[in-house]
Amino acid sequence: MISNDRLAHAFVEVADTLVDEFDLIDFLHSLADHAADISGASSVGLLLADHDDALHYMAASSAAARHLELFQIQHDEGPCLDCFRTGAPVILSDLSEAVDRWPAFAPRATEAGVRSVHAFPLRLRDQVIGALNVFGEEPLPFEPDDIKIVQAMADVATIAILQARAISSAEILTEQLQGALNSRIVIEQAKGVMARAGDVTVDEAFTALRAYARSHHLRLVDLAHDVVIGKVDLPRP
Amino acid sequence: MTTPYGGELGWHSRYSDARARILGEDAGGHEGVAGLLHGLCSNLTSTLGVMGAAVNLMSDSGSDGVAAASDDRCRDVDELQFTTGEGPCHEAFAARRPVLTPDLRSAAVRGWPGYAPAALSSGVSAVFAFPLHVGGVGFGVLDVYADRAGSLRSEQVTMALTYAQIATEIMLDGALTTAEGDLEPGLSTALDYRAEIYQAQGMVVSDLAVSPAEALTLMRARAFAGDRPLIDLARDILGGYRLPAED
Repeated sequence: MISNDRLAHAFVEVADTLVDEFDLIDFLHSLADHAADISGASSVGLLLADHDDALHYMAASSAAARHLELFQIQHDEGPCLDCFRTGAPVILSDLSEAVDRWPAFAPRATEAGVRSVHAFPLRLRDQVIGALNVFGEEPLPFEPDDIKIVQAMADVATIAILQARAISSAEILTEQLQGALNSRIVIEQAKGVMARAGDVTVDEAFTALRAYARSHHLRLVDLAHDVVIGKVDLPRP
Repeated sequence: MTTPYGGELGWHSRYSDARARILGEDAGGHEGVAGLLHGLCSNLTSTLGVMGAAVNLMSDSGSDGVAAASDDRCRDVDELQFTTGEGPCHEAFAARRPVLTPDLRSAAVRGWPGYAPAALSSGVSAVFAFPLHVGGVGFGVLDVYADRAGSLRSEQVTMALTYAQIATEIMLDGALTTAEGDLEPGLSTALDYRAEIYQAQGMVVSDLAVSPAEALTLMRARAFAGDRPLIDLARDILGGYRLPAED
């Protein structure tokens, strides 16, 4: 059902996106388009969970798919939700069989012209971060091999998303850490400068620095930096 | 948060076993980052059967302090990279890849005229530096020390890389700073030993009207020339000793 050519093309494009400047939303839209293309589905939608495990709409290959994803979130029901909770794929070739399972979603989707739905978890080992929804306008049987292929695309997406998050989290962290490390260093250096210039102990120098910072409404680290680079000549402590 | 290093099953089970050993010992979740990193260094040392390991926090200007080590001796050895301004951690951090030096006596370490002899005098024959980073974002280096010259076996390198990954995870998941922007207390205590060096550095800045970087260079040169530990020189400076200007 899924052609090797289109599949190869899709994977190459996805890989290109990963290597270039990574834009998450761009990547997810591209992934949704490729998944729709290679599976022959009419459209694809994608949901991601935040830190509190609440699902959010992220991307879709059509406005109709977008509406169906939002609908699932609003009504807390549907293939993406089931998939996210269980971490297992949901394969349903004929939506008319699902009215009991999704009493709100099934009729809504049928109205929108959907006849089949499949959902694939975005998952790495025991961590499920979202779900990929595939919609077909005809009953769309998914062979086991087809399932594996779309799941593989979802797996690639998961790794990319987690890595992007890890990098951005690391960037914030390292900024905070560096800030804290640098301020300690410059404060110790400033104590030394003042202790020598004022012929006092480092403790007395520190007291004088803090007092000056307070009375002049300066951050201690900023004052310390100016002392070390010689921009400020404090009165003798 | 799980860092995404999928791949062959062997890697993953090694990772989770090592991770369970290190983090499992902290059942109550009370250990700060410094404590966890210390546990990691001890664990790695016994797993690899080496002399010791240490975690060096780094930035583009060099080492900001040894956050943890398997023992005090290894902390002192790791600190040599700061006191001399030389050593594998700088390249490992900058290039974000391991720097393996199986024999500190060999010709290849001619780039470390201060560091190599000092490390050898401390009983170290080989040093292997593994950067701690997420993509292009670096935090520091995990240094592994051996008292006998010789390369690590490939499974030892793989194990060290696994531990570097766990150390990175410990840093990413731990609280490194407080809401006020200060260092987490355990980490702050671990790095306190540098205070005297930075204070002395400030004194040299005042005495000689030089930049902090120049002051540190002069201090390192004077310590090296006198074959003394940098901390001893720093304490002399704090006691009133005035470093002569460069001649």
